[in-house]
Amino acid sequence: MKSGVVYTETVVHSAPEAFLREAPYQIAIITLEGGERLTGRILGDRVAIGSTVTWVEDRAGVPCFRGA
Amino acid sequence: MRTVALAGLGKTPFGAFPDRDLRSLAAEASRKCLVDSGMTAPQVEAFYLGNFAGPAFVGQNHLAPYIAGEVGLERVPATRFEAACASSGAAFFHAWMAVASGVYDTVLVTGVEKMTSQPTPRVTEILAGAGDLGGEVRAGATFPALFAMIARRHMHEFGTTREHLAAVAVKNHQNGSLNPDAHMRKVITMEQALAGKPVAEPLTVYDCSLVSDGAAAVLLTTLDRARDCPAPPVVVRGLAQTSDQVALDRKESITSFPAVQLAGEKAYRMAGVGPGDIEFAEIHDCFTIAEIIAIEDLGFVAKGEGGPYSAAGHTAFRGQRPVNTSGGLKSKGHPVGATGVAQLCDVALQIRRQAGQRQLEQASLGLAQNLGGSGATAVVTILSAA
Repeated sequence: MKSGVVYTETVVHSAPEAFLREAPYQIAIITLEGGERLTGRILGDRVAIGSTVTWVEDRAGVPCFRGA
Repeated sequence: MRTVALAGLGKTPFGAFPDRDLRSLAAEASRKCLVDSGMTAPQVEAFYLGNFAGPAFVGQNHLAPYIAGEVGLERVPATRFEAACASSGAAFFHAWMAVASGVYDTVLVTGVEKMTSQPTPRVTEILAGAGDLGGEVRAGATFPALFAMIARRHMHEFGTTREHLAAVAVKNHQNGSLNPDAHMRKVITMEQALAGKPVAEPLTVYDCSLVSDGAAAVLLTTLDRARDCPAPPVVVRGLAQTSDQVALDRKESITSFPAVQLAGEKAYRMAGVGPGDIEFAEIHDCFTIAEIIAIEDLGFVAKGEGGPYSAAGHTAFRGQRPVNTSGGLKSKGHPVGATGVAQLCDVALQIRRQAGQRQLEQASLGLAQNLGGSGATAVVTILSAA
């Protein structure tokens, strides 16, 4: 499984219509091994800048990560 | 290139106006601008409209002729510009090119947005359309979330604090309390700003600009013609429009906006001035962190110093370099498509010495910085007295 490092993150409280029921939720920009960055959802415990995360699944095209 | 001047200014108040539609707001600002310039509709040769999301907010398309017709501009080219929150900045840049190059002598530039007829979650979704729908937005990012991630990274790299962000909000509310056209004329305390309801951590409601209705307009003409108008002409000394990646995760760095840095450098070069010469500025504070990053990118302070500089009061009304004496997007309000032109009106009002209670003593050279999305469009304009 791919892993990466949290470049930045936020916990969203005021959500758009499509995600109202999921708020609050955490999203992050992850720097993957190799340097590519992408934006995904964090599952489980909150993570911070510098945390190592693992890409665990895709949900409706959204990469989802979990703290290592 | 001919020297171009602002010969007329017009604004509606900013706020939530359930009884006003988009067309009436745009027409009011446009008419006020024509009256201010002493010119009449038949003298206007082209109409440039800045509007971000009229079709989504109110369902109306084909907005430029829709408004031009209401204002009495007959059969002139009428075109809408969309560049997210820099829509009317982009319209202004292209209108300036048309007058500077000699294609037209006199053009009207109006910006408008009607946002408050939609509930907040829908507004959030429409605004998110200025981000990357296939990536960050699909993952759940909102605009506050994008700027929250920018703030987190800025805090991490430079030690910027919640107090630094709050200082920007407190200052802009203080300024806006003196602006009769501001959406929220309410002074707030540091304690209130720090205790605000979270929107996207670390940003609270007090870090976010307002969802507003409103319009603003400027009349551009040659400096020679502007000298015959009733108001003192305000000269466009330098300006530039630039762009960058839309998606935050495709930018090399997110603690500065290269588009703003480049637009600033080009505008300074054209005006023959440097950051140290700028006496005051209207800065695009869609979020408090955006004002901090902009004053760094424009060279007012060194990179990373924007937070401490703001907290020390240097950007306050009586500080060494006043920023957002209008109240900024934070307190004056942010009807997205109107913002770029409204900023130019506010800089021009200071230069004309018509800023009322918020008039600065030193106001002969000012700058306006308009930002689209999370730094994907930037427009920087330097104005001065003739």
